[in-house]
Amino acid sequence: ALTISQTPLLLRPFSLYFFTFISKHQTNSKTTKPKPRYTRLQKKIKERKAMGVGLKLGKGGGDVGGEKAKMGFEETELRLGLPGNIRAGEGEVARKRGFSETVDLKLNLSSKESSGVDPNEKEKNLLPCATDPAKPPAKAQVVGWPPVRSFRKNMFATQKSSSEESEKGGAGNAAFVKVSMDGAPYLRKVDLRMYKTYLELSDALAKMFSSFTIGNCGSQGVKDFMNESKLMDLLNGSDYVPTYEDKDGDWMLVGDVPWE
Amino acid sequence: MQKKMAYSFPDEVLEHVFSFIQSDKDRNAVSMVCKSWYEIERWCRRKIFIGNCYAVSPRIMIRRFPEIRSVELKGKPHFADFNLVPEGWGGYILPWIVEMAGAYPWLEEIRLKRMVVTDESLELIAKSFKNFKVLVLSFCEGFSTDGLAAIAASCKNLKELDLRESEVDDLSGHWLSHFPETYTSLVSLNISCLGSDEVSFSALERLVGRCPNLRTLQLNRAVPLDKIATILRRAPQLVEFGTGTYAAELRPDVFSNLAGAFSSCKELRSLSGFWDVVPAYLPAIYSVCSRISSLNLSYATIQSHDLIKLVCHCPSLQRLLVLDYIEDSGLEALASSCKDLQELRVFPSDPFGAEPNVSLTEQGLVAVSLGCPKLQSVLYFCHQMTNSALVNIAQNRPNLTRFRLCIIAPRKPDYVTLEPLDVGFGAIVQHCKDLRRLSLSGLLTDRVFEYIGTYAKKLEMLSVAFAGDSDLGLHHVLSGCESLRKLEIRDCSFGDKALLANAAKLETMRSLWMSSCSVSFGACKLLGQKMPRLNVEVIDERGPPDSRPESCPVEKLYIYRSVAGPRFDMPPFVWTMDDEDSALRLS
Repeated sequence: ALTISQTPLLLRPFSLYFFTFISKHQTNSKTTKPKPRYTRLQKKIKERKAMGVGLKLGKGGGDVGGEKAKMGFEETELRLGLPGNIRAGEGEVARKRGFSETVDLKLNLSSKESSGVDPNEKEKNLLPCATDPAKPPAKAQVVGWPPVRSFRKNMFATQKSSSEESEKGGAGNAAFVKVSMDGAPYLRKVDLRMYKTYLELSDALAKMFSSFTIGNCGSQGVKDFMNESKLMDLLNGSDYVPTYEDKDGDWMLVGDVPWE
Repeated sequence: MQKKMAYSFPDEVLEHVFSFIQSDKDRNAVSMVCKSWYEIERWCRRKIFIGNCYAVSPRIMIRRFPEIRSVELKGKPHFADFNLVPEGWGGYILPWIVEMAGAYPWLEEIRLKRMVVTDESLELIAKSFKNFKVLVLSFCEGFSTDGLAAIAASCKNLKELDLRESEVDDLSGHWLSHFPETYTSLVSLNISCLGSDEVSFSALERLVGRCPNLRTLQLNRAVPLDKIATILRRAPQLVEFGTGTYAAELRPDVFSNLAGAFSSCKELRSLSGFWDVVPAYLPAIYSVCSRISSLNLSYATIQSHDLIKLVCHCPSLQRLLVLDYIEDSGLEALASSCKDLQELRVFPSDPFGAEPNVSLTEQGLVAVSLGCPKLQSVLYFCHQMTNSALVNIAQNRPNLTRFRLCIIAPRKPDYVTLEPLDVGFGAIVQHCKDLRRLSLSGLLTDRVFEYIGTYAKKLEMLSVAFAGDSDLGLHHVLSGCESLRKLEIRDCSFGDKALLANAAKLETMRSLWMSSCSVSFGACKLLGQKMPRLNVEVIDERGPPDSRPESCPVEKLYIYRSVAGPRFDMPPFVWTMDDEDSALRLS
């Protein structure tokens, strides 16, 4: 059996975990053809190591309609000056990669996603116990529940949406953004209008991508997202940070400007 | 070549007889009578429906049916609508178009659901099929207005272009202008899913004006209210109309113009659209309401009293889609006014709110079930339910064929007795003997599945979430539901035993989806090995399943029968459980 190295490597991305899990018993001759995806990821790890400490900024979430994320942050001037060549290895533009790494502000995802976890138990972490039916459920967003199609998700919030793009202009008030985590094999779509604060957004992202962060968040506790020095601590200690690309093409750290 | 028996008809006669047989099931039955009927039938089949695009390959289809004129295909599993199927999963139409371009030059109709359609595919369609008439893309994605422009420019005989709920990339608003001025054959146009700037209104007006056979027109949200009258006056023969935004500053001249335009549409039977409604403009449609049989108000965020007023004007209503703003009081009004109602869908206005924001409860549904004797099809989102309400509904409406109930909080029990809703749903399946589709919700134990397995003999599609206790639940369904074709399950503690014990059943079904359940990788492999005519696909975003113990549950599992063998267009997070060796096939 393989063991995963638990040494908290700086900015250890998902992809390393991914690699250590390629088992040795893939000896069947049918499977010798290397997956191009793994090769790309391997390259990224090397690049990242070469960059040393650095915030690897990925491309911000572009939404489905080909529009760039218009989150209202366009006017911001605040930027983090970060070391390292932030553009290296972003050949994935064509793939529309979103956030390169996601901060797990909420801690303790390790227990949920290790292999062999009973999915029911995983599920219980998301929802309150059914023995307390009188209380309304916490606002935990279970993926795909309730089963409404994306454009129905936010009809309640009233539609001053004419000025903002929605995923499908013909429906609803959603502000969809594609989010990807570096090394994660797929993208997720997030409707920004479902959240009112950065903490909610980060919660949701953490849950969405929790299967990719492997127990390295340790006991960080909840960090003040807006506090820059704490943020740097976080970056040094934790795995992922959310970033986006503003209309000028600059990489911005999510959380620099007020949510609205 | 079989020697013709003295008493058999010449082929041409049989062909003529078969031409009256349209339903797929009957056609399939005909083809199984004998070899010569099989041969005759396959040469004269014109229409084919493929419920899972991976169940068969284009080559197999073409080999058997050389003269097809109309193709309908479905791609992704239903749960893709709720973001449970990661992007890149599959469902690409291009390989089909490529093959059909060569084999079916006279293809007329393509209808797709949940497939990935690229501009390249659309361009190929436009180029390859000279007599192309019908393009319906439901819940599809991957294309842009450029692809639509190609269709518009080349398909001289196009009658129907329906983009219902598809995701279209906004590139240019002028694709409509690509319909040549000589083009007049449009019968049906649904562009309601297009984004803000994607339609040039003047091109639309001209198009509408020169197509006298236009019967269905569904506009997108960007079309302002004051343009509706213009459009309607050019197409008073419309039978189905979808507005754009139905909001504007209230002005008497605009109102009377609008009302006048609607009243000239004597054939109008179906209305939809109604984004951003200003209630004061609703009376403009009253003149047509008495004939309206289908009303889609599911985007209209208007309050109950306005909805009631509207609904009371529509005594012929057969189909209503509405938000839960209608509330119980509105549903009671519906029950008294609309005695022909057959289908009701109530959508949640605030699906993620912790507390209900409107007064819509189980009572509304009970009222409709009592007052509307023809009610057959229900989709209902609400926050609370009781067993007794469900029993009532079942007893009132044994003619239900589709019953989909979504209690928004998972695992919510009967709010009065705090018991599971097993008995309530049990009553539904027991009384509604023709029930074909059922979606469950609320707190449910294995018992509900026992009821379903025992009574739901006509059930074809079942959707289950956060329900059941053990494999016994799944076993009841798989062993009892004789007509089951599609089963989709999420977040239930069903594991290996029921699945493996009922492996043969899976070959009689179109597909099985299980996500966040307890089916182990080992069981998937076993199933893949033992059942060569099933494709057992594991979707797992944590990396290759064999990098974890065999007992580890897979994230998502999609099993479907296929004569085409495993597919090769899988993304990296999908693995097929091969029937040869026990090796994984990495894509």
